Amino acid sequence: MPDSPPPVPAGPGVIHDIGYRHYDGPRLGRAAIVGSMFWQSLRGAYGLGRTAKSKIMPIMLLVVMCIPALIIAAVVNGLHLKSLPLPYTRYAMVLQAVIAILVAAQSPQMVSRDLRFRLTSLYFSRPLRRHDYVLAKYAAMVCALLVLLLAPLVILYGGAVLAELPLGGETWRFLRGVAGAVVFALVLAGIGLLIAAFTPRRGIGVAAVIAVLLVTYSAVTVVQGIAVDQQKMMLAGYAGVFSPFTLVDGVQVWLLHASPSTAAGPPGTTGGLVFLAVTVALAAGSFGLLVLRYRKVSIS
Amino acid sequence: MDVSESVITVESLTKRFSRVTALDDLTVDVPAGVVGLVGANGAGKSTLIKILLGLLPATSGRASVLGLDVATEGNRIREQVGYMPEHDVLPPDVSATELIVSLGRLSGLPKTAARERTADILRHVGLYEERYRPIGGYSTGMKQRVKLGQALVHDPRLVFLDEPTNGLDPAGRNDMLALIQRIGAEFGTAVLVTSHLLGELERIADHVVVIDGGRLMHSSSTAQVTGTRELLLVEVTEQAPALAAALTAAGAVAVLRGRMVEVEIGADSIYDLVRDQVVDLGVGLIRIEQRRHRIAEIFRAAGELPGSKDEAHAG
Repeated sequence: MPDSPPPVPAGPGVIHDIGYRHYDGPRLGRAAIVGSMFWQSLRGAYGLGRTAKSKIMPIMLLVVMCIPALIIAAVVNGLHLKSLPLPYTRYAMVLQAVIAILVAAQSPQMVSRDLRFRLTSLYFSRPLRRHDYVLAKYAAMVCALLVLLLAPLVILYGGAVLAELPLGGETWRFLRGVAGAVVFALVLAGIGLLIAAFTPRRGIGVAAVIAVLLVTYSAVTVVQGIAVDQQKMMLAGYAGVFSPFTLVDGVQVWLLHASPSTAAGPPGTTGGLVFLAVTVALAAGSFGLLVLRYRKVSIS
Repeated sequence: MDVSESVITVESLTKRFSRVTALDDLTVDVPAGVVGLVGANGAGKSTLIKILLGLLPATSGRASVLGLDVATEGNRIREQVGYMPEHDVLPPDVSATELIVSLGRLSGLPKTAARERTADILRHVGLYEERYRPIGGYSTGMKQRVKLGQALVHDPRLVFLDEPTNGLDPAGRNDMLALIQRIGAEFGTAVLVTSHLLGELERIADHVVVIDGGRLMHSSSTAQVTGTRELLLVEVTEQAPALAAALTAAGAVAVLRGRMVEVEIGADSIYDLVRDQVVDLGVGLIRIEQRRHRIAEIFRAAGELPGSKDEAHAG
């Protein structure tokens, strides 16, 4: 007798047992389930719906990321400059430490937490497919990074419009900056999540991501410096492939005609194609490896 | 729900891992109601649940849950069943309400429905004001209730409860068992509950399936097994063997169990007989207790009690 409640003796302060009610409403499909996972993860990346403590870091990084853009926008307007002193496409390179910290701090939050507390058992015993979980997490991380990457670009663009810089050229440069930001987000999200998915302990995940992003950048910068010094421009150019930031910068230089932020951009068309191929392989490869990783996650 | 209808059908199911055979040609029909799945650690219980959830392919054989094939319709099965894992699976930094609302949405509930169902189900499993506090501060009993709640939030037709009484003290164990019984009786949800302890499940299960080493040992309704004979347990200060012998000589079916004597209750005159024999022997009577045959005794008699084997098979 599922719907008839048994009589419960009522006393002061006793909650009346109204019996079990079945759910007859709609059950949503795959898109809604993946969407729910995506939103939950994206909000989590900025600490929304979580403790006040977990909001501090991401919100602070977002503020730090935007301050230089605000200053530039103010300077352009105050001094009536004829162009932005820092191109849109170089903003991410200049503030790469801030971006790296967000990737390092939030990738483990996004995936290692689920593995460490075995929340995946509760997820995968539901109608959430494993590759859909990876898709939702990857999309959420890309969007979390886009918030960080695009907010200052929007501020710069707003400043430029306010300073009445030529709208056509400025809009075109802004859109190229947006395109570059998307490439940055795709590559960095893939690397961050992949490393975090193999390190259930949060601290190790953070350290590993920082190491991969910043140590490789330093190494590439040193190699490029030496190579340029010895007139080996080919070596200097290709060295950029070996760090995520310089790799994406190379793609921006070749594909979006951005000014290089490193000692040397990709050498020629071959170089550009190599940079693009490595970038695509890195993003797609990270996604593929994540799917393989989650295929092996047991529910108990 | 029709109690005679099978909710789970397993036919010659075999699961081999590289070194062990977790399930060995298992064939069993599980009816609706509360069904206990009993076996020692490593008997294949968890492996069976993973296969039934459509998360682990079987090596051979077939199985269906709610009429859906586990090999091809896993996602549709997971829409309609709930699963309470054995291990600790809860994050400490969110509240029970937040966790279960988000899990309800992952089961396909719209936002408002997920909130309403979460409030309802937390009340049913007995979590009240603490449901807004982070799970990290909960007791083991409360955590088990959260795990049970998340398995029920989407109003499943069947729930798999893997060792729900693990880690609970005797009082918590009784509460959990009562709750499970209520889910079966009042909610009308079919329940497959596992335990390595036969004794606790026979109290609440309508049907018990016993597996060992991945093989079916026993499957029957509990009424059929335990309802057959009533027993009287007699504890005396001394001379228990003499009492057993005297009762047997007087025509009763009496078995010596340590310091106690188990007597079958044939007719009401058995009480008088026990009293007279105790008086005749001049020993002190500590207690007389009526109880049902336990399923475990059937296995004990056959020398095949689940839990008596300790070698580990695949989990």
